[in-house]
Amino acid sequence: MKFLCVDCDRQMAFEERHLPGDGTLAATFKCPTCGRVVGLLTNPMETQLVSSLGVEIGGRTVPEQPLESVRKMVSTGRDDAFEEAPASNGAPAWSAEAQERLARVPNFVRGMVKRIYGDYAKERGIAEITPAVMDTARGELGLEGM
Amino acid sequence: MPPIRTYHQLTDADRSGLPQQIGAQRRRVADRLAAVGRVIAVMSGKGGVGKSYVTAHLARALARSGRAVGVLDADLNGPTIPRLLEIEHSPLPTSQSGIEPATGADGVKSISMAMLLEDGAPLAFKGPSAESFVWRGAMEAAALRELLGDVAWGALDTLLLDLPPGMQRYIELCDILGAAPAVLTVTIPTAESRDAVRRAMRAAVEHGSPLLGIVENMVGPQFVGTAGDDLADEFAVPVLARIPWHPAPDTWNELGARL
Repeated sequence: MKFLCVDCDRQMAFEERHLPGDGTLAATFKCPTCGRVVGLLTNPMETQLVSSLGVEIGGRTVPEQPLESVRKMVSTGRDDAFEEAPASNGAPAWSAEAQERLARVPNFVRGMVKRIYGDYAKERGIAEITPAVMDTARGELGLEGM
Repeated sequence: MPPIRTYHQLTDADRSGLPQQIGAQRRRVADRLAAVGRVIAVMSGKGGVGKSYVTAHLARALARSGRAVGVLDADLNGPTIPRLLEIEHSPLPTSQSGIEPATGADGVKSISMAMLLEDGAPLAFKGPSAESFVWRGAMEAAALRELLGDVAWGALDTLLLDLPPGMQRYIELCDILGAAPAVLTVTIPTAESRDAVRRAMRAAVEHGSPLLGIVENMVGPQFVGTAGDDLADEFAVPVLARIPWHPAPDTWNELGARL
């Protein structure tokens, strides 16, 4: 999928991806010559179809996780399907509020979500994961529903 | 308005890189299966002929003979392998590097959607249900890919894939593996089964799968016919085993030895 700025005859560059949480996706593309920005808006069915392929518009933001599609997309997963490996030494701490928020994530996908936030914080030298850190990470990484 | 350039005329890098993402998925599977000696798809094209039963007992026989064996239950909507391999549920150890498979009877490693779903629950996906026919197939193919590529099988001599009836999962498998796997075909003696299995075998040949042979299951007075011999003659492959209703352990050992 590519976008062309017809006036400038230039290929537009991917800018940002937004997952507003209603099952849709918005991605913006910018013309490097004139700066015009256009938005690609996909409906829930189109968004789902892309997700079903296990790919991300704009490229992957986090490394692919084991059984990522299954854990993100299956709605009848059992709570005790997985036993996550304990966090390694040097892993960021979780504030009480962040733990409370994490506890609201279904257990089927919680371990994967926790690892993604943990890796995000560790890579940025963040010692404690708070709800604010989770919000930032969610925005930066485009983690819908996490 | 002048004609605008086409997709292939735009040569700047596509940051989404969807083909590259798909390529990375394929490599993940290939890397994971690099330590697997051979992948065998157990298929039929006909439902109810005992594919899972044959798969599980063949796997056990191979394991008893000293081989490292895994079973991937590719029947995502009707998984039965855990019960056949006597696997009690326990959480699957998980890390960034992958999911550990469960270990069943005779040391056979296995992964199945049954281990991931609530007891008795169907495989259901999140998303807009009104259009689910559009994307459900893609979702199941993604699940199959992940079960192949994200399970830490380790070194295996043989990975058996228990396919559901029909050809869809087999075609997905060929696509994910990048090559057609060897196929072991299961039938029952009846003409009805023969006709359905023939179609599946033809499709397998067309995709380039080596046909290992035929297992004729449920042999006895209950089902009359010569499906095993008919298909063996037509496709020039051996009947590797004829499984009676109450097979002795040697039956499975002999099948394992012939593979």
